[in-house]
Amino acid sequence: MSIILDHLCHTYEAGTTLKSEALKDISLKIDDGEFIGLIGHTGSGKSTLVQHLNGLLKPTSGNIYYNGADINDSDYDIKSLRKEVGLVFQYPEHQLFETDVFSDVCFGPKNMGFDKKEVELTAYSALETVGIDHDLFYVSPFDLSGGQKRRVAIAGVLAMKPKVLILDEPTAGLDPAGRDEILGLVRKLHKENGITVILVSHSMEDVANNVGRIIVMERGGIFMDGTPTDIFARSDELETIGLAAPEVTYIMRALKKKGLDVNTFATTIDEAVPSILSALKARKC
Amino acid sequence: MLRDITLGQYYSTDSVIHRLDPRVKLMGTLCYIISLFCVKNPLGYALCALFLCIVIALSKVPVKFMIRGLKAIILLLLIAGFFNLFFTPGDPIWQWKKISISKQGIYMASTMVLRLALLIMGSSIMTLTTTPNYLTDGLEKGLGFLKVIKVPVHEIAMMMSIALRFIPILLEETDKIMKAQMARGADFESKNIIKKAKALVPLLVPLFVSAFRRANDLALAMEARCYRGGEGRTKMKPLKYKKSDAFAYIIIFAYLALCIFLGRMLFS
Repeated sequence: MSIILDHLCHTYEAGTTLKSEALKDISLKIDDGEFIGLIGHTGSGKSTLVQHLNGLLKPTSGNIYYNGADINDSDYDIKSLRKEVGLVFQYPEHQLFETDVFSDVCFGPKNMGFDKKEVELTAYSALETVGIDHDLFYVSPFDLSGGQKRRVAIAGVLAMKPKVLILDEPTAGLDPAGRDEILGLVRKLHKENGITVILVSHSMEDVANNVGRIIVMERGGIFMDGTPTDIFARSDELETIGLAAPEVTYIMRALKKKGLDVNTFATTIDEAVPSILSALKARKC
Repeated sequence: MLRDITLGQYYSTDSVIHRLDPRVKLMGTLCYIISLFCVKNPLGYALCALFLCIVIALSKVPVKFMIRGLKAIILLLLIAGFFNLFFTPGDPIWQWKKISISKQGIYMASTMVLRLALLIMGSSIMTLTTTPNYLTDGLEKGLGFLKVIKVPVHEIAMMMSIALRFIPILLEETDKIMKAQMARGADFESKNIIKKAKALVPLLVPLFVSAFRRANDLALAMEARCYRGGEGRTKMKPLKYKKSDAFAYIIIFAYLALCIFLGRMLFS
């Protein structure tokens, strides 16, 4: 069970003077249960890439296999793919349209042809998962706060019970509290429900604290692919494409330079704190 | 799918026509339309077509773009041609039961189709060679005299340019919302007309909400920059007539006079 991209290319406006190559020869394998961070600059092709994974965009050349079947075959059931691979767009709250929160979340499962009872059950549990209070179920989605709206929109995708969840910049435009809520929710979904998660972001901190694998994109190609520790150890290369390692990594390096024997591969605060403490203890002795 | 739509299509290049003052082009288009309705004989039509050909050649816009404009009204052309061809009374040349084609019918149909085609191409020259911003600038300046009778010319021009500016933004937004709803299983490709209409609700509601949100933001941004209408407002690039503009006016008016003269002479 996996997603395989085989020499995927995508060109916008092919055949005109405006043509631009958004994806160039991407080959990837995404296994079940992975938690992947997809990082890159604006225009590096992240959003184009994830829209291929549920068949919203068709590749100019190359193939995409979901569980072994080519999703662009003419007899492939694209609807079932969109049920399995849930895609949450950037600013998903802009897609809300129903008169109340609950019916909006019901939209996805209803389209998938679930029966009425199942629709309501999945919608209910999705709203529970994202932590929306019961007394908000029947208010207009337009009356909610920004963070709440976004959680409702994510619930709208979760209600289809996807096996793979892709989130395109889910924390954009949220305050730190809202950001932590969303990231905590994503972490919980990955851990408890075993969903494969692909988190598209350009915030290193968001990604470093959560994911098990990072894919860095640059100009439509894959620039790096590995664990956060591997990737951030090569921060010089990241800087050449205008990205950077998390602040923590830089602090650890600065400490090392000052003579404190700390682990410079730490990428999160949770990793850094014990390393600094033990280094301090060692120095006192 | 929505990228194919082009509205207010501007063809970017540098030509004599592109450099003309937008007011000249507006006036020219108006004169050309008047001339099309003045001429009533083959010679006049030939003159109109020739004038248009010269302008197209001068504008350096590929003929392909002109034809594209015609495609939009092809049905209208066919209907106009069809009705004039079969339902104009006159001397029949060909007859089958009650349907007949007369000599006058052929003449009427061909002139009608030609007139419509020239009309569309003539006015598309203006949008193809003038950016929307220049066009509204030209309208504002050209209709400035209406301020005397309290017509809010500046406000109307401002609304026009904002509306034009929003077209590509809203198209992009539509594309995005469509994809987002498709990711939730919405079906926009259904053949069933009722289903198709129903499928528009999840698209139109967010689109309207977003249009209002953007309008609100823009209003706030304008207010924050102390926008308060056209009074006392200066332009960064004020429109100024050049020598070539005067020359163009002379050509346009000479052409119009010639058309009117031709129409009068042969029918008196």
